[in-house]
Amino acid sequence: MRWMWIDQIVDFEAGKRMSAVKNVSLAEEHLHDHFAADDRFPAQPLMPASLMIEGMAQTAGILVGAVNGFREKVVLAKIAKAQIESDVTPGSTIRYDATLDRIDEAGAATSGIVLMRRPHDQETWTTIGRVDLMFSHVDHNMAGMSFPEENFVFSENFKTILRTAGLDSLAESEATD
Amino acid sequence: MAMSPEEIFAHIRDVLEEALGVDEDEVTSEARLVSDLGAESIDFLDIQFRLEKTFSTDDHPFKIEQGELFPENLMDNADWVQDETFTDAGMSMLRERMPHLDLTSFESDRSLAGVADLITVQSLVAFVQGKLNSETSPA
Repeated sequence: MRWMWIDQIVDFEAGKRMSAVKNVSLAEEHLHDHFAADDRFPAQPLMPASLMIEGMAQTAGILVGAVNGFREKVVLAKIAKAQIESDVTPGSTIRYDATLDRIDEAGAATSGIVLMRRPHDQETWTTIGRVDLMFSHVDHNMAGMSFPEENFVFSENFKTILRTAGLDSLAESEATD
Repeated sequence: MAMSPEEIFAHIRDVLEEALGVDEDEVTSEARLVSDLGAESIDFLDIQFRLEKTFSTDDHPFKIEQGELFPENLMDNADWVQDETFTDAGMSMLRERMPHLDLTSFESDRSLAGVADLITVQSLVAFVQGKLNSETSPA
């Protein structure tokens, strides 16, 4: 998980829910491509909805991984539902509220709400969409395939996210088990 | 939870519409999950979780164990499948562990590849019905 699309975990209840925020900045390269100016329209930089799905997948993926101390390789297997209903412009903050609905040996299901806070109104979070996901524990499901011993899903970058959120004990749980 | 086969079917149709993104009229009793409704492997876990949620009540949790609804790990036992074909022992195992599957026409086929097509909408109805009945009947 080198490609981080969340900035900070803001809420966590083990085995139940996790919330993370993402500040959208014009300094991010991809915003300039989405959408670049063309012959007819001026540039309209927006946070791509596909990357909001990824942000929810990272939030929910950490929530799922934490259940088993990050020993399982948790891989996004299915986008069960994705609906984003508002444009998110630079200066806004996105919040991903992920809930763990069900987990077993084979995988997990999560449901999630996407919220947005506009730069001129820092008090109000508005719900702008929903992303429901399925995760697979790949070592249990890919019969006949072998994967590296080390957990390539939860790499150093994601541990940094846990540490900066004050979840140091979670960040170390993989190393000590 | 007493429920008629029609009520169970209606719930399962909702589950499959959500999990597989199919239309209501595609979900017939005979429809095969993989060949007709386009289910992939992760969809089976999704369907399992959704069935649990749909048919659980506060008094009676509806918990489906791994391998209870869909056949899994068939290659683990060499007595069940040889040359990608179910042996007599394999057929007995399917009859015993998967009573919700209709094996009538499978007796002459027996191919490992064909087992996926045994999973029909009707087999899900039979599974839920059997499980609800066993949970409500006295021990």
